[in-house]
Formats: sequence, C-alpha cells, structure tokens
Amino acid sequence: MLETVLGLYNYWIVIILMMAGFYTVIARGNLAKKVIGLNIFQTSMFLMYITMGAVESGTAPIVAEGATLYTNPLPSVLILTAIVVGVATTALGLALAVRIREAYGTLEEDDLRVLEDRQDTLRDTAATQDGEQPVSP
Amino acid sequence: MMLSQTLPALQVVLPLVAAPLCLFLRPPKLAWLFAMAVGTATLATAIALIIQVQHTGPIHYEMGGWAAPWGIEYVIDPLDSLILGLVSGIAWLVLVYAGPSVEAEIHRDQIPAFYVLFLLCLTGLLGMVATGDVFNLFVFLEVSSLSTYALVAMGRDPRALTSAYRYLILGSLGATFYVIGIGLLYMMTGTLNMEDLARRIPEVADTRTVAVAIAFLAVGLALKLALFPLHKWLPGAYTHAPSAVTAFLAATATKVAIYVLVRIFFTVLGPIDAFQTLPAAISETQVVAVLAMLAMLSGSAVAVFQTNVKRLLAYSSIAQVGTMMLGISMVSVTGMTAGLVHMVNHALIKGTLFMALGAVALRVGSVRLEHLDGIGYRMPVTFAAFLVGAFSLIGVPMTAGFISKFILVRGALEDGHWLMAAAVVVSSLLAIVYVWRILEVAYMRSPPATAPRVREAPLVMLAPLWLLALGNLYFGLDTTYSVGLAQDAADYILTYMPGEGPPGEHPGLGPGARPAVPSSGGAH
Repeated sequence: MLETVLGLYNYWIVIILMMAGFYTVIARGNLAKKVIGLNIFQTSMFLMYITMGAVESGTAPIVAEGATLYTNPLPSVLILTAIVVGVATTALGLALAVRIREAYGTLEEDDLRVLEDRQDTLRDTAATQDGEQPVSP
Repeated sequence: MMLSQTLPALQVVLPLVAAPLCLFLRPPKLAWLFAMAVGTATLATAIALIIQVQHTGPIHYEMGGWAAPWGIEYVIDPLDSLILGLVSGIAWLVLVYAGPSVEAEIHRDQIPAFYVLFLLCLTGLLGMVATGDVFNLFVFLEVSSLSTYALVAMGRDPRALTSAYRYLILGSLGATFYVIGIGLLYMMTGTLNMEDLARRIPEVADTRTVAVAIAFLAVGLALKLALFPLHKWLPGAYTHAPSAVTAFLAATATKVAIYVLVRIFFTVLGPIDAFQTLPAAISETQVVAVLAMLAMLSGSAVAVFQTNVKRLLAYSSIAQVGTMMLGISMVSVTGMTAGLVHMVNHALIKGTLFMALGAVALRVGSVRLEHLDGIGYRMPVTFAAFLVGAFSLIGVPMTAGFISKFILVRGALEDGHWLMAAAVVVSSLLAIVYVWRILEVAYMRSPPATAPRVREAPLVMLAPLWLLALGNLYFGLDTTYSVGLAQDAADYILTYMPGEGPPGEHPGLGPGARPAVPSSGGAH
C-alpha cells in the first residue's frame, strides 16, 4: 500500500496535475484561466512521458566512460515536440481571448453567452428592418 | 529514387512547403491561383497513389531512409488511399470555389494568410492519413487543428471568435487525451510504429495500462470526430466560419478523425479486438453503437428547430457522424463498408450544401431561413444544386445518400440489429422534416417584393458546386468506385494482420526501455 503511494509518487503528481488542469478547463468561466488549465493539463502529460523514460540510476544517453545504464531519450524528444505544440496552442488561445475581449469587452463565459444571445436577437430585428443587404467586402 | 516511389512523402510535403509561400503573394488573386495549383498537384499525387495501391498493394515509405520501427514510416494501404483521394479531391474543389467567396468574406490583408492556413490544414489532414506512426499522427493532428481554429476565427461575425475559442479548448483536450493514450501504449510496448504496435500489443493486452490507454484514445478521438455527446464545438464552428472553410471542414475534418479512430482501433489495436471490448452499454451492442444512435436522433431532432441554415446543417452533420459510427460499430464487412461509403458520400453531400449556402451568402448576405423566401427562383442554378444535395442527404433513391443508407440498413439487418435499422429510418424521416423546412421557404414562397435582384454566383463557384452535386447523382447510380474502394478498405482493415517484424534487436527492448514502473522498479 505504502509502496503504491510513495513508490509511484511521480505518477501521483501526474494524476493530480491532470485532474487539476482538467477541472480548471471545465469549471472556470474565465477564458484566460481556461487556457491556464489547459496548460496544466498538457504539462501533466509531458511529465508522464518524461517519467516513463527515466531509468533508476540511468545517466543521460551520451556515450561516456563508466556509464552502462542510460535513460531512454525518446520520450523526452517526443515531449519537445509536444511542448512546441502546447506553446502554439496557448498562443492561439490567448490571441483569441484578446480578440474576444476587444469584441465583447469581457472574458467571462457567462457574460459572453448573454451578449451572444442578445446579438442573435439584435441581428434578427436589424435584418428585418433593413431588408437584405449584400455582403460588404 | 524514382518520383513514383516518393509519392507518399510528396503527398504531405508538397502542401506543407508550399503553404508559407502564399504569404509572399500579396494580391489575393495570385495567392488563390498559387494555392489552386498546389491543390491540383496534391490531387494528382493522391490519384497516382490510389492507382499504385490498387496495383501493388500497401506502399511503405521510410522517411529519411530509417527502417521502420526506428524511423517514421509512411504507409498507404487501401483505406489510406480512399481517404487521401477524398480529402485532396474536396480540398481542390474548395480551393477553386474559395476565390470570390474568400474575397467577399475575409479582409483583403488576411487573404494570403487564409491560403497559408488552408494549405497547412490540408497538410495536417493528409499527414494524419499517410503516416504509419502514432506520434507523428498527433503532430499532424495538431497541425490541422491549429490551422482550423485560426480559419474558423476568420469569420466576419464576432461569434466566430468565441466559436473558435471553444473549438480550441475542446480540440486540444481531445488531442491531449490521444497523446496520453499513445504514451500509455508506448509504456507497455516500447514502440510508436503502428504495425509494430499491432505486433506487440497482444502480449500486454490484459494489463490495466492498456485498458486505460484504450479509454483515453476512445474519448480523445470521439471529441475530435464530434461523436455525441462530445459534439459541443461543432455547431458554432460550422456556423460562424467563412463559407469556404465550413464546406472544407464539414467534408473532411470529421471524416479524417473517424479514419484515425478506425486506424487505431482496427489496425493498431486490431489484434486484441479493442473496439469490441469497449464497455457494453446494452447487451450485444457496444457503447459506440448506442452513442451513434443517440447522435443520429438528437442531431436530427435539434436540426429541425434551427433558423440559421448553416447551423441546421451543422446539427445534421452530428447526426451523420452518428450514421458513420453506427456502420463502423457493427464490426462487419457490410457495416464497415457502409460507414466508409457514407464518409465519402457525406463529404459530397455536405460539400454541395455548404458550397451552395456560401454562394447564397455571397449574393444575399444571409443564410437565415427568414431571408431565403423564394431563393429557389432568385438563384435557380445555385439552389438546384442545393436541392440535389438535400435529396442526397435524405437518401432519395438515385442519389449517393441512398446508397450508403441502403448498405447500412442491409448491414444492420444481416446481423439482426433491428434497433439500428429503425434508428436509420427515423433519422432519415427527421431529415425529411428539416430539409423540407428549407425547401418550403426556397420554393413554395415567392420572393418579397422589396428584395433586390440578385445575380447567380460566379462561374468559379458554380463549377465546383455542380461537380459535387453531379457527384451525388453519379455515385448514386454507379458505385464501382465509391463502394468498390470502400469494400476493399473494409476487407483490408477487418482482416488486418501485422507483418513479420524486422530482424535484430527491437529498439524498444534495449536497456532502459521498459520503464513502466519508475524508481521503485527494482524493489519488486
């Protein structure tokens, strides 16, 4: 029992981070906080890969005198790629949040939903008053 | 190396390398022509691959000359060639169509960026299909997803931004679930190559790690392909994206995600029947079949109440994804064929419908039902194509939609799944209702007296639209190519057996490659 808890502590960290991030993405209404939650969620996945590549008392995978046991480098390399993807996702998510803030003046999801609903009705009435308008380029 | 031997790489590399070049072509027309040329070359590559696969069987291509389980391998088998043909064909048509539509809907300065993103999205979709490496697939998944989010955000309406944001959050969650699943599989097998994974998975099939991996993969991919109840991102993204983007997304993005699910569950995890062992929800059927039926019914039912035609068709897409998944969930050759044929046919159907709507949006400026009174008389040529697509969507005989639904019902009855057959019929009846609502407005009402005269859409938009519409009719009459290719693919995928591994030491089994239990590993 103790071994499950302490011996696998790295996996417990992964699970806690994963759930914290996932919860933040789902439960938080603030768009910036959602992106942060997504980051935490992805970081837990990075840790999972890196921890599975690690070998007890293994050294960096460089041929050197006296070293016989090496850490598996492949998961770390994969995670380098995943980190790049994660940065791109964060950048795009935050860029969209900035544009949303410019358009609506808020980052709270509840307020956004109200504004969007209002926009639906406004658009309907405006359209019936002006008739159909060709698309302006 | 001969050109024909490098085709699998060329298929993906060509749009990837060409994409950034669009940025240097500032005049919108020039960027459009360039992207169209790239699209043509990509389509030619795909057709060459289809022919090659039919003659020689699956093609293996080693990226950079590194042999399979060590390096990344590209594999084109019958299923791959079918999807490659579908994606690049639709991409080409949409690229032809995009010119005037994009000029009207997207700010002039952003048009080169639009084509960059479009080609990147195409690269990602093609790469997901061509690759034989599960992690490489993730990279392409993100390449296509990230460009899709940006494309959706280019819509004129500010709601495009919030839709793109929601899509980004849910899409990234789905992709991360997928990577977690892949990581767990790697933990147990020490390999990322699909064929190699299929070879090694039976040894560790009964471990809890593999069970968790299967769960993560199923949820992640269900999010990407918008399987009910993980479809929340889809209606907003389809409704507010620019017209050309909607047509492209609706016809390809969810299809490729379904392809990935088939690939992972029937080839990579095929030897251990992972799909059949997903938790049973009702006796004899699996959870996927139940969700698929719920998707078909709820998607169609919600579509009935929509007033924005784009949103209406988006909900219909959710129902159609359910139809495809229902076929696949039967795990029989007929069912799988139906699922795959419907992937092709639905791409034709939704391509036609969304392209026609794009043309309407260009001339009328709105795709809401209340603005479409008598549109069938105001834009007769455009809306006749819509009519063909709509009939095909319902599944009227002589159209492509009929063929796939017919095979699907036949597959359901073969195995005695009466409930599934009934769900297909009910969903089709609901489709009649929502399609009728559009057609009634378009043909039964006269145009309002104050409505300005509108012209037909320009020829470059009408030509691809009608090509797709005629495709709906052609594949409803002659099924040699659609059903034939799909049946080959279904046969191949259901009887898939990984080949012999390469001789020599396995890369995953060297020292330090079995790290499933970390620091405490030695103590056990």
